[in-house]
Amino acid sequence: MPNILFEKCAISGIGETAYVRGSGKSETALQMEASLRAIADAGLSPKDIDGVIPYATGSAVAEDFITNFGIADLRLSATTPLGGAGCIAAVQNAVGAIVAGIANHVLIPIGRNGYSGARIGSRVQQLPQFRTVGEFEMPLGQIAPVQLYAQMARRHMETFGTKSEHFGKIAVTIREHATMNENTLMTEPLTLEQHQNSRMISDPLRLFDCCLESDGGAAIVISSGERARDLKSKPVYIMGIAEGHPDSPSAITQRPDMTTLGTAKAAPRAFGMAGVDHKDIDVAEIYDCFTYIVLCQLEDLGFCKKGEGGDFVASTSLGLDGPMPINTHGGLLSQAHIIGMNHIVELAKQLRGEAGKAQVRDAKIGLVTGYGDMGDGGVAIMRA
Amino acid sequence: MEIERIRPSLNEDTKPYWDGLKDGRLLFQKCGHCGTIRHYPRQVCSECFSMNVEWIEASGKGKVHTWAVSHHAFHPFFKRDLPMTFVTADMDEGVRVCARLRGDGVIPSIGMPVRVAFERLDDDLTVPVFYPA
Repeated sequence: MPNILFEKCAISGIGETAYVRGSGKSETALQMEASLRAIADAGLSPKDIDGVIPYATGSAVAEDFITNFGIADLRLSATTPLGGAGCIAAVQNAVGAIVAGIANHVLIPIGRNGYSGARIGSRVQQLPQFRTVGEFEMPLGQIAPVQLYAQMARRHMETFGTKSEHFGKIAVTIREHATMNENTLMTEPLTLEQHQNSRMISDPLRLFDCCLESDGGAAIVISSGERARDLKSKPVYIMGIAEGHPDSPSAITQRPDMTTLGTAKAAPRAFGMAGVDHKDIDVAEIYDCFTYIVLCQLEDLGFCKKGEGGDFVASTSLGLDGPMPINTHGGLLSQAHIIGMNHIVELAKQLRGEAGKAQVRDAKIGLVTGYGDMGDGGVAIMRA
Repeated sequence: MEIERIRPSLNEDTKPYWDGLKDGRLLFQKCGHCGTIRHYPRQVCSECFSMNVEWIEASGKGKVHTWAVSHHAFHPFFKRDLPMTFVTADMDEGVRVCARLRGDGVIPSIGMPVRVAFERLDDDLTVPVFYPA
């Protein structure tokens, strides 16, 4: 199948702040800092940005970018409130706008104080997508995503024989990758024994099945392929992109198949658009808010069949030298929780050959996912 | 300082459900046109798109679909309740209910029969709970 997006849109610039616990900066400042770095990486001026898709539940709005950057004629502003799938959904919006000729350089910034700002329990209560859970489940004590996802994980375990050790292997591998990264919160290796001995947060999910709470910002610029080719950094072309929403998107407990995410709807569309097959993927950055969500996405993406994720993880190396390197930066589990924008930035680095110690040899085609809001999935396939 | 519990908004769409619980009745919405039963309460029947709705009293009987045990509270009010076992059950009416599991030392498993009971927390709030059936 031909790639219908062939060299039409590319990541032209990437930028990250330091990932820390306690940034001492406002969330808007983190977004501005990451954005300026991404714009400089592209070799653009902030004034060149003519589209912005700010973090949907963040502090900064399009007006802040117009004001700070002196943008004369912003042609596109939107938000994509899909939680951790929001960054991929933003890229999809940027691609649509660029292909339609609406904008030339679309900025997608993330910046948050997930550690020093509002904690998760109070944060989700503010989100409109959590209104149903807020009305019917939070009054019972079921509040945070880990509590909801624990019920998904249990269903998978009891139905398919998936084990906590399978989750552990994912956590151990991703931690190993974090130790190769200089901009990371977790710097020491994790053993399977440490994972198995870590305390239960929401049984069956343990502490080391859960992502970090961290402060930081990351941003990308999406440009038309034509313009990106003349810019400073090597363009990373978007070959295929899709978002997918699960059945019963607002209440996991009412979902007909609790073990399938919106990713299962997005993946065939993204692969079809890209015109590539699973065996063509050299590196994959999989949204990892929880280890179970990685395992479930590997199934929903089609790397293995539904229910076989445990066996797949047990029998396949997820490391840099294996057939399926994942989360080469350390992910949300061990690098930092930057809503998956750190996954997109890492994929761009891998495909540009700039991933340092974690560089996957000959990484030509890569995949990145987003996941959030109880089941929304995003999938993007890229190449340099 | 007394920590406030999390309360439902009791809006036009959801108040009948919570009022039912206060009366010791688990209510589901039934489409006034095609009869499809749905939960959680919402505005439109996704089968026939009718906005006509009636409320039926549920049998309260179901079987465990999945479960989890919270060891971290995420809201200070619930620290006193840890650990909390949550069960999501397939009810006889074809919808699911999520509620805390009561009954000492019971470890649930998929398919285990449960029945709904009602716990009055204060004058304004009664919540459903499950017991092994």
